[in-house]
Amino acid sequence: MLLRFLSRRVVATVVLAFGVVLASFVLTNVVPGDPAAANLGQQALEDPEVVAAWRAANGLDQPLVVQFGNYLVNLVQGDLGVSQQSRRPVLTDLGEFGPASAELALVAVVVSLVVGIGCGTWAALRRDRPVDQLFRVLSLGGVSVPLFWLALIAVYVFSFQLGWFPSAGRLDPGEAPPPKVTGMYTVDALLAGDLATFGSALEHVILPALVLAAFTVGLLTRFVRSSVLEVLGNDYVRAAHAKGLPLSLIVRRHVMRGALIPIITVVGTAFASLLAGTVLVERIFSWPGIGSYAFRSATTLDLPAIMGVSLFVAFVYILVNLVVDVLYGFIDPRIRTA
Amino acid sequence: MSAVTAPAAPVPARRLRIGPAWRRPLALVGVTVALGWVVLAAFAPWIAPADPLAQEAARFLPPSAEHLMGTDGLGRDVLSRVVHGARISIPLAFMLVALSLVFGAVVGAVSGYVGGKLDEVLMRVVDLFFAFPAIILSMAVVAALGPNLRNAVLAIVVVSWPVYARVTRSLVLSLRNSEFVASSRLLGISSIRALVREILPNVAGPVLVLATLELGNAVLLLSGLSFLGLGAVPPTPEWGAMVSEGARTFGFWWVGVFPGLAILSIVLAFNFLGDSLRDALDPRTARATRGTSA
Amino acid sequence: MSLLEIDGLSIRLPGRDGGKALVEDVSLHVAAGEVVGLAGESGSGKTLTALSVLGMVPHGARTGGEVRFDGRDVLALRPRDLRELRGAQVAMVFQDPTTALHPMLDVGTQITEHLRVHRGISKRAAAARALELLEQVRIPNPAEAVRAYPHRFSGGMKQRIAIAVALACEPRLLIADEPTTALDVTVQAGVLRLLDDLRAQTGMAVLLITHDLGVMNVTSDRLYVMKAGRVVEEGRTREVLAAPGHPYTASLLDALSDPGTAPEGGPDHRSPGVAATGLGG
Repeated sequence: MLLRFLSRRVVATVVLAFGVVLASFVLTNVVPGDPAAANLGQQALEDPEVVAAWRAANGLDQPLVVQFGNYLVNLVQGDLGVSQQSRRPVLTDLGEFGPASAELALVAVVVSLVVGIGCGTWAALRRDRPVDQLFRVLSLGGVSVPLFWLALIAVYVFSFQLGWFPSAGRLDPGEAPPPKVTGMYTVDALLAGDLATFGSALEHVILPALVLAAFTVGLLTRFVRSSVLEVLGNDYVRAAHAKGLPLSLIVRRHVMRGALIPIITVVGTAFASLLAGTVLVERIFSWPGIGSYAFRSATTLDLPAIMGVSLFVAFVYILVNLVVDVLYGFIDPRIRTA
Repeated sequence: MSAVTAPAAPVPARRLRIGPAWRRPLALVGVTVALGWVVLAAFAPWIAPADPLAQEAARFLPPSAEHLMGTDGLGRDVLSRVVHGARISIPLAFMLVALSLVFGAVVGAVSGYVGGKLDEVLMRVVDLFFAFPAIILSMAVVAALGPNLRNAVLAIVVVSWPVYARVTRSLVLSLRNSEFVASSRLLGISSIRALVREILPNVAGPVLVLATLELGNAVLLLSGLSFLGLGAVPPTPEWGAMVSEGARTFGFWWVGVFPGLAILSIVLAFNFLGDSLRDALDPRTARATRGTSA
Repeated sequence: MSLLEIDGLSIRLPGRDGGKALVEDVSLHVAAGEVVGLAGESGSGKTLTALSVLGMVPHGARTGGEVRFDGRDVLALRPRDLRELRGAQVAMVFQDPTTALHPMLDVGTQITEHLRVHRGISKRAAAARALELLEQVRIPNPAEAVRAYPHRFSGGMKQRIAIAVALACEPRLLIADEPTTALDVTVQAGVLRLLDDLRAQTGMAVLLITHDLGVMNVTSDRLYVMKAGRVVEEGRTREVLAAPGHPYTASLLDALSDPGTAPEGGPDHRSPGVAATGLGG
């Protein structure tokens, strides 16, 4: 049953993945806007021969169907094309910028999970009391605050005024990154046993990650609160109370286990909004990640890069949801052992 | 997750029970702030102390009695620009939500009501949209169409209709096979009329709650795009674009802080309102209150 | 002194006009080893009355009167003492085992977790006790059952597991809240017979809540009938059923003989008690 459940999910994922490829291709090609105009200088544009050559070099002179076919064939071989801006394979770019964003997003996810589950559960257990009201206002504040503005304030206060955190980049200027394993500096530094670099990388990631987490913390707190409230109304929680178990055990074992599945399903959604947030936050913290890359590609109409980013992001989203589904299957004994 | 499982029991109409306003302080704050901004937007030229585009004062004056929010890098009065910014963000947010709601709700209602292959296809399309983060998708759309406010609005509509489609569809599904709809079918009422007369009133509540919450998201997305330079173009007094100016003139904090506060306050107001409406409507919270506590 | 003495209990929700009374001036007592029935329609306050014995009252409700267990007022106990009472001295079997058992905890854990909290015994001793209890409630293949999750069992089996959970700490009072209502008619009698046997083995007192006077007839020594939050009739079960003193009791009895107007549950839930062996008297 678990296997069948998983194989169905995988098939659905493959279908969705194909749809994503098709959709991003259509999106980047059907909309008006001339990549040549965005990539060639004014002088070059006035020379029709240069423009035609550029279009031919980038495969833009062929019919769309052929372009799509070529793209698919290359994609299967792991070739996403060459970015017109960086003049490097898109895959290389993604390999460099992806881990930077992943590092940021992972720290933010961990922070969101810990704070969101903690505060949400606390609020539910103290329903309608002052703590609950306070968390309600705070969590609504978290989902309402413009991230780009919060990032500015954070930089102004914590870097500019207090000097607690660096304001930009992944390491101090001149500092050498650790040998690449995962591409996440904190992890790689630890793997290399380089504590100084680890400290510096951590210092750099904390502020942007916290800003990035603001929205998801708010989202999760609200959601966890309502899930826990729903679980608290269940008979099995009443039964647990009737057994004379201490509250901490009831919350940890009975309530959390009951609320876990809805919470896990919302983490997928939360992750998507994290990715969206990286575009804004990375720009302010000069964080060389996917968000910055996406912005650069979009403003220069760098089609291979835009498609690469779209695919990357969509696949991460699909992957996260697949992981959520698998976790779901493992956690719920009705699926696992049936 | 594709099968249509309709409940056998009739679904009672979900009605909003608002109750006295003083028992919902957040809703009260939300309504007051939102109305305040609407008034500011409507009467901006009379309320704002100066012309939002006039470069009359000295550059980067800190907040003072004369310029409550200081002046920006071109010597414009920040307060006047913030007040005039309401004339852009608020009407556009309403327009955005209205457009996405109508489009999404129609797709969702048709999908749920017709069912079958059409439903399958439409929902896969909706899934697709959920796989792209809104801001990246809208960024690509704006970049392709050209950066201006109109295209930003269009891009946001493109990314925000699917959520309405999904919600409307699930509501329609849960109602489609319910008894009272079946009985109106028996009475010979046509599908379209059944949809409009029986289902619509039951769908309206939850969709309106969603729309209220989405108003805030619309403001956030729009100002986010403008912040990135993909929405409003200078010298338009748009809040996101103003924060972006503040980011470039870092030492003069007031240039960026006040427009950001404006965004925060209006989005927060919409969310307070939406959250309170959801509380009043959601049967889940009502059920939870019936639990026994130790 | 009885094991349980409820004296003038009232439970009310705050609100305008003095709020809403859910339970009003209820008094009842249960002696050690006695089986007492508490009957009434749903909404009559019988479950709320029973839960108050565990010190559990609805969110925001106010209570009046006293609920004395073993001489101590449960409503005035400190949380810590209340916890020591629950599960150990007074245990509860809920109406629907499908919702009362945690779907994501294995049977063994659910049977032994409070045993370990209350008695501080080792994991191994608790596991042995779980097997013993499952055998006692006649679950086939207990060694496999302890590791399984509730969804694997039928309704009747689940209720047996819930009974095993309740019996784990050898409580002095067992509260059974409509223990057969959610079950198939065919297994109702078996569950009642089991409860009956267990009572005989352990000597615990039982407070049996039901809307089904047919069940009462064969299982309980004494009977209280509740309506709209008040006790309207009490006495020895046989005497009350033979000659009901209150028209409400009579209507409950009528409903029993006429399936079409059963007050709760309809014709499917009729009187499995007839098949069960008599209790104690």
